[in-house]
Amino acid sequence: MNTGRKIAITFAAVAAMGMAATTAMAEKMYGPGVTDTSIKIGNTMPYSGPAAAYSQIGKSINAYFNKINKENGGVNGRKIEFISLDDGYSPPKTKEQTRKLVEQDEVLLVFQGLGTPTQSAVHAYMNQKKVPQLFVATGATKWGDPENYPWTMGWQPSYQTEGQLFGTYVLKNVKDPKIAILYQNDDYGKDYVKGMKDVLGDKASELIVAEESYEVTDPTINSQIIKLKDSGANVFFNVATPKFAAQAIKKIYELNWKPVHLNNSVSNSVGAVYKPAGLEESKGIISLQYFQDVTDPSIYDTEPYKKWKKFMEEYYPDGDQSSSFTAYGYLVAQTMEQVLKQAGDNLTRENVMKEAANLDLELDMMLPGVKIQTGPDDYFPIEAMMPIAFDGEKFVPVGEVVSVN
Amino acid sequence: MDLFLQQILTGIANGAIYACLALAVVMIYQAIDHFNFAQGEMAMFSTYICWSLIAAGVPYWAAFFITIIVSFLGGLAIERIIIKPLHHAPVLSHIVVFIGLIAIFNSTAGAIWDHTIKTFPSPFPSGSFGGLIGLHEVGMFFVTLILLLAIFSFFKFTRVGMAMQAAAANPVSAELVGIRVAWMLALGWGLAAAIGAVAGMMIAPIVFLDPNMMLGILLYGFAAAIVGGISSPGGAVAGGFLVGIIENLAGTYIPAIGSELKLTVALVLIVTVLLFKPNGLFGKTIVTRV
Amino acid sequence: MDPRLTVGARIPIKWVTLFVVIGVILPFFMDGYTTFQATLVMIYAIAILGLNLLTGFNGQFSLGHSAFYAIGAYTAAILYFHYGWPVYATIPVGGIVCFVAGFLFGLPALRLEGLYLALATFALGIAIPQILKSSHLEELTGGVQGLDVFRPAVPEMLPLTMDQWWYLIVFVIMLFMFWVAWNLINSRTGRAMMAIRDNSIAAKSMGVSTSLYKSLTFGVSAFYTGVAGSLSAIIIEFVAPDSFTFQLSILLFIGMVVGGTGSIWGALFGGLFILIIPNFAEEISTGLSYAIFGIILILIIYVMPSGFTGLVNLIRTKIRGRIGTTG
Repeated sequence: MNTGRKIAITFAAVAAMGMAATTAMAEKMYGPGVTDTSIKIGNTMPYSGPAAAYSQIGKSINAYFNKINKENGGVNGRKIEFISLDDGYSPPKTKEQTRKLVEQDEVLLVFQGLGTPTQSAVHAYMNQKKVPQLFVATGATKWGDPENYPWTMGWQPSYQTEGQLFGTYVLKNVKDPKIAILYQNDDYGKDYVKGMKDVLGDKASELIVAEESYEVTDPTINSQIIKLKDSGANVFFNVATPKFAAQAIKKIYELNWKPVHLNNSVSNSVGAVYKPAGLEESKGIISLQYFQDVTDPSIYDTEPYKKWKKFMEEYYPDGDQSSSFTAYGYLVAQTMEQVLKQAGDNLTRENVMKEAANLDLELDMMLPGVKIQTGPDDYFPIEAMMPIAFDGEKFVPVGEVVSVN
Repeated sequence: MDLFLQQILTGIANGAIYACLALAVVMIYQAIDHFNFAQGEMAMFSTYICWSLIAAGVPYWAAFFITIIVSFLGGLAIERIIIKPLHHAPVLSHIVVFIGLIAIFNSTAGAIWDHTIKTFPSPFPSGSFGGLIGLHEVGMFFVTLILLLAIFSFFKFTRVGMAMQAAAANPVSAELVGIRVAWMLALGWGLAAAIGAVAGMMIAPIVFLDPNMMLGILLYGFAAAIVGGISSPGGAVAGGFLVGIIENLAGTYIPAIGSELKLTVALVLIVTVLLFKPNGLFGKTIVTRV
Repeated sequence: MDPRLTVGARIPIKWVTLFVVIGVILPFFMDGYTTFQATLVMIYAIAILGLNLLTGFNGQFSLGHSAFYAIGAYTAAILYFHYGWPVYATIPVGGIVCFVAGFLFGLPALRLEGLYLALATFALGIAIPQILKSSHLEELTGGVQGLDVFRPAVPEMLPLTMDQWWYLIVFVIMLFMFWVAWNLINSRTGRAMMAIRDNSIAAKSMGVSTSLYKSLTFGVSAFYTGVAGSLSAIIIEFVAPDSFTFQLSILLFIGMVVGGTGSIWGALFGGLFILIIPNFAEEISTGLSYAIFGIILILIIYVMPSGFTGLVNLIRTKIRGRIGTTG
């Protein structure tokens, strides 16, 4: 489609005004939203509505920026002004709020906008306006497309990547696999299934013996689990959000079905899934992870955990310390901090994007060996994960860090 | 065959969830002559109260009954404080108030107890009958029947129950024969809130407790009440089981439907039943006069 | 009784002219973002007017108008995306497709009354996002990923920005739709619609074909909402099933009641309300924004149980009464 070009022309006038503002302060090179003492960063999150559980990410990011503002005076002497707006997980609202951030609040960039449909609604807009849409909080594959969308970048391993890693795991470790899949009927669920099928290749239709989807409005997924068990599968691939993943674990145990249970990283949390589902019931579940699970008691004595805990207690005291979302927010905020550090005094949108695509970072709450790496052609910051098994108490590694590359 | 049997049993188990909530829907309908869309969120909030009590060390059954009483009083208070002053407002305005209540309960629960799912204890032993149906589901089935019996007797054999029906059906005449209509409405709200609380506490062990717990269930509860007949508690329970079973069987055996259009099945079911039996399968026919 | 049933109504030219003049010059005094918001308000107003024709003037409830909004939006997006239609041409088609859908849904709905209908439509509203992303339709609808819609550039001879240009287009469409609604309500058809609302059995016995009028009204109502949906797809430049959840139905419903059931121009106030108040609630408290929104709603119903128009009418009668007694 060449309509994209036409729109680029339409917005040229607006962009030109932005440029004029930039050149006026040539020495230090500031983009919109930056002064000598502050940097404005925008964000949209579902603080209300059915997806409100994710808002913990926004709150912990905010807490982290408060921390560095207070303890280090911000980044390179500029305090971070984090403007996080509610979009209720509704794409039209995301568009409205994002336009507000870009056009009225004049933020330097938008960071960690959450949700695939919501961020898709502003994907084209951000790229036409040439505003960085950094570290989008979803695992869709489309965020890593520097050729067509140079202003957008994801952060976490894509769902498809994870699906591929699971597929590899099955082929390597399970003899004569017959796979049953439960997935949420949306982009997230389907990307996982796609990844798994990528790896299985021609054998996919033979090895995958049953696929069942569920809707977030379904009260229970018991009916689906019964159908999956009935297929005679010996591998169960659980692509569900915490509530439904926990239901599935419980039901499988109740049905006395004993497949190799693969659980997606979205629901790989002792506090939010395995404990509610029952620790005994969750024994033996295999998952992939890239950062430490904060509910795993075996890390309680480590230095990084203590640092995180201190941060939570001081800056986000109401925060849930058993939720992986708070740890996620903590880590992604550090990534943002690093980008701004690298950009130094050249805080234009172009340079921020350049630095975001120039990362080689290790964070202490990540699993050992998992790095955040990007390049001009590599817009996927995290691509490695480690297979782990839950032993009823804590996670134990069941293999090396694996990566799709 | 095994699959068929299991899907029926799971349908019954799901049906028990819908039936429980449908009873609360019927209760309020008997009392105020229309639906309360905030019913699900009120039940969810009650369940959180029980959860907090248990977390604070109160034994299960004590917490259970305290919650029922608190919910009853809460329902009463909502009617007296919020609904009563709007007595003369149009029905549409009432619905907007219900929407307001939904928003308030949902958002407040999220703010107080956050959005992470919580385990809610079951009063029944854990485990299942040969892997076919969980013991909690069986227990819930009986709780639903006990509730049904209680509601049935209440409306059939107690003066208050009959007075309440009269007040809902014809407020003016009821007032004339000495029924305190205003208090009957409040009582109806209180009872509906109490039944909703029981439903919530029974449902939560299955679906886990979170502020959006009732989101999907409420529609099924309404569907159950309508399919069965909104004026009949027995019909609502039967409707609940029917919706549960049909939904599961259609999802299993009709490939075009599968799991992704299960909710659509519920929709088609509502519309079909209403087309042929506008008062539900077990409802009384109502004659309208000009 | 509705005064329109007895007195022939006239459009208050003075006020309408003032409204049009202000409406036209407004986008030249607002920034792009505010213009965009104002455009959204007008789109909501058209959708709410559609709902109001059904509920306010014909007495049929609907809590599922997000379904028609979605159908309109998807019609526009699909025609543009798959068939390369110019976006301008997709707008009326979105409305027509919805007219048919609404008419068809109106047929079974004939047997449903009051809250039963509300529930059946509510179920429709909940089911529509699932249907949109179902694997059967995925090729057409783009599934959960949705479809992008890009607007062509503003015609070159016009010194307008994209936001202003589309604001004006939507403004003109809205004026036209309001004018048509006005004429409809003040025609024979409109009187029949309202007679059915007020007493359907009496209307029937007087020879009004209630079933035809009811399903036609459903169709017309869906037409309005569908046009609004098509416009929203173009203004937002994106459609996805998650854009059309039942929450949208509820918002439209709230807009109708708060604006004033059975009032044409109240729809505009309703549109304003559902855009501004959620943002306002969020300003007060991010975590509790829904709770605050709920409290505002209940308070509004206290202050004006018959909506904004009801309040205005009340004030007007009071003022008139005072003038009448003193003068």
